[in-house]
Amino acid sequence: MTVLLFLAQTLRIAIPYLFAAAGGAIAERAGVVSLTLEGFMLGGAFGAVLGAHYTGSAWLGIAAGVAVGVLLGSIHAGASIRFKADQVVVGVAINLFAVGITRFFLQLAFQSSSNSPRVVGFGASAGGSSAAFLANPLVWLGLAVMPAMAFVINKTRFGLRVRAVGEHPQAAASVGVPVNRVRYAAVIASGALAALGGVYLALDQHQFTDSMTAGRGFIALAAVIFGRWDPLRAGVACLLFAAAETLQIQLQAAQIIPSQFVAMIPYVLTIVAVAGVVGRSTPPAALGKTSE
Amino acid sequence: MNGAAPAIRLTAIDKYFGAVHANRSASLVVQEREIHALVGENGAGKSTLMKILSGMTPADGGTVEVGGREVTGWTTAEAIAAGVGMVHQHFMLVPTLTVAENVVLGREPVSAGTFDRARAERDVERLCEQSGLAVPAGRLVADLSVGEAQRVEILKLLYRGARVLLLDEPTAVLSPPEVAELWKVLRRLRDGGATIVLITHKLDEVMAVSEHVTVMRMGETVANMATSDTSPEKIAKAMVGRDVDLAVRQGGGAAKLAGTPGAVALDVRHLVVRGARIEKAVDDVSFSIAPGEILGIAGVEGNGQTELLEAIAGIRGVTSGTITLGGADITHRGVHNRGEAGLSHIPEDRHRRGLILDYTLAENLILGQQHHYTNNGILDRHAIIDHARRRIVEYDIRPTDPSLPARALSGGNQQKIVIARELSRAFTVLLAAQPTRGVDVGAIEFIHAELRKAREEGKAVLLVSAELKEVLTLSDRIAVMYGGRFVAMFPRSDASEEVIGPFMTGAARGQVA
Repeated sequence: MTVLLFLAQTLRIAIPYLFAAAGGAIAERAGVVSLTLEGFMLGGAFGAVLGAHYTGSAWLGIAAGVAVGVLLGSIHAGASIRFKADQVVVGVAINLFAVGITRFFLQLAFQSSSNSPRVVGFGASAGGSSAAFLANPLVWLGLAVMPAMAFVINKTRFGLRVRAVGEHPQAAASVGVPVNRVRYAAVIASGALAALGGVYLALDQHQFTDSMTAGRGFIALAAVIFGRWDPLRAGVACLLFAAAETLQIQLQAAQIIPSQFVAMIPYVLTIVAVAGVVGRSTPPAALGKTSE
Repeated sequence: MNGAAPAIRLTAIDKYFGAVHANRSASLVVQEREIHALVGENGAGKSTLMKILSGMTPADGGTVEVGGREVTGWTTAEAIAAGVGMVHQHFMLVPTLTVAENVVLGREPVSAGTFDRARAERDVERLCEQSGLAVPAGRLVADLSVGEAQRVEILKLLYRGARVLLLDEPTAVLSPPEVAELWKVLRRLRDGGATIVLITHKLDEVMAVSEHVTVMRMGETVANMATSDTSPEKIAKAMVGRDVDLAVRQGGGAAKLAGTPGAVALDVRHLVVRGARIEKAVDDVSFSIAPGEILGIAGVEGNGQTELLEAIAGIRGVTSGTITLGGADITHRGVHNRGEAGLSHIPEDRHRRGLILDYTLAENLILGQQHHYTNNGILDRHAIIDHARRRIVEYDIRPTDPSLPARALSGGNQQKIVIARELSRAFTVLLAAQPTRGVDVGAIEFIHAELRKAREEGKAVLLVSAELKEVLTLSDRIAVMYGGRFVAMFPRSDASEEVIGPFMTGAARGQVA
């Protein structure tokens, strides 16, 4: 039973990582740095709550969250591709912007600086039974997202072009591949996907709380790097990080080790994974470089 | 005109890049089914003219006709659709994709909504058979040799149905057997109905494969000749605008001077150096150079020459082995220390390692030696400018304004800055990597003379060049590098392209102790 509980908890934590990492994988393979995953997630979470609150429908909440992701993705794409801004700077800016704008609208819409009222969502509210969350359609979508991304990147024409523009945009351009259009599509898709991660968080907890993504976007990016920019391996990394987090929660409950140390586990694992285990991994050659 | 329109007719082409007048009323006429050589010094406007023809950049004036049809101002896509394609000097290939994926990119076969890899590979294999260009369709481009990568570039054009092929300095990176193979393929394509324009500055290539030759100088078309009616001397004169000494000066008197017996300026023992991708880019290499000797390293690029020179220069760490300079072990010393100990280095990539393009000419001339031009830790402007003025005159650097940024100079003059800096310091050993890459005939002549002068002054020179001719012309001894090892070592008198070629490709093997 404990094993089942552990697996269920891991899965539940892994879903937002899987969405965000899928977004990170496609954008980075197209050559655009994905520091923005965190901001996309937060925006998606807030959009979902806003949508669910005003329409009373969790499904429309999903749609609203994705719309915010597309919007933020478009800003990221426009700044990075059209205006050739430094992608790291744009990433940091969008993350800060997402924190600020959600806080602002939280105040405006719900007169609160900390959290939204309870909205409709999927499954029981936070901390509910282990099986209830399986009723959430986003769980199933989240499980399918990495294999689907692997298929898109490795088997489709669009995926071939994404790989080409991320490695050698001039070569792609010289044979008539519309480099910037491919990158726009990849970055906007990454916005939508990462936003779904945030949507899942918000609808699982039935509310939005200030800065509720708490660094998950960065952990998802670490999973992409740990997975060497391959969607399936990145998916495995997401599950691994989620398992570490579950372990942390259970150890904390057991109170064997001081809780501060236990709380470090997922982050330490992230650092070790990215710095040590990956070793000399090779990112897409044109990552972070704009193209004429 | 005897009825048929020429394959290509460029008339009165003008092109400006900012203040630079790259093409001045340039013209070019190429007949159907011929191999046409387009020659000229660097900056003569050859590449610009081809970029206008292939639709990469529009002309500011003049007309472009292909097959009798006016197509002035067309786009790359339109050019490809009309069967005009270009093989660029720097390959336009995605290393992480396979040969087949690279060839079909942009025109991918699709079935049931997904990319049809099997069909792409079949198409490419068929194309290989038809054209005689042998490349494994399923292999990653990163794993190909340079010669194979170039075949992929040509296949890309053929896949798009190109009938007019423009090749920009295609032999710069090839070994002699690969060059011979390329000529075979080009002749076969021509016999199959293709028209080929070959940009080059190597006159032996012009003589070997072309039917006609057009010479450009300073943006203008200055000569158009049938290859059978001309000579390398005539072409060189048209390129430079004056007589050029093409003779290979070596052997005889010079050889006697070579090396002071017994003395060793640079000694390298069992050197192993890690590369970016492989563990042993340099694999147990030993040699020494005497004062007054030039040791040339021949080899196809990417066989460890870069890593070897970087290790000796101190830019790249050494895995094992020793480097001794004038009796002192410098294996673990820093770059600055090595310089003070008498090492001078002309790096292979002047833009990455040789110059800071946004610094002025004067500043670039003291890079790495700036501490000799200071007063109590503050840069001495007067001394720097004074030094620059003298070097500019001595090395004929143009333009002559020491406050211009290095970026504003032509490739040949940029290289002269590096040469001037490295040869005007106190040194006993010179590392010269690709010292004449991308510079024009006039500057090559000058740089070669400078290297010979250094040798006569008793300096030891280690020369690495992708130009086998250059190695053969300048060196007293020639080592051949393949797969990180010295596979052969010849005195100049025993070396020739025919002898060295097989070692460069690994066809012949040996091990130099």
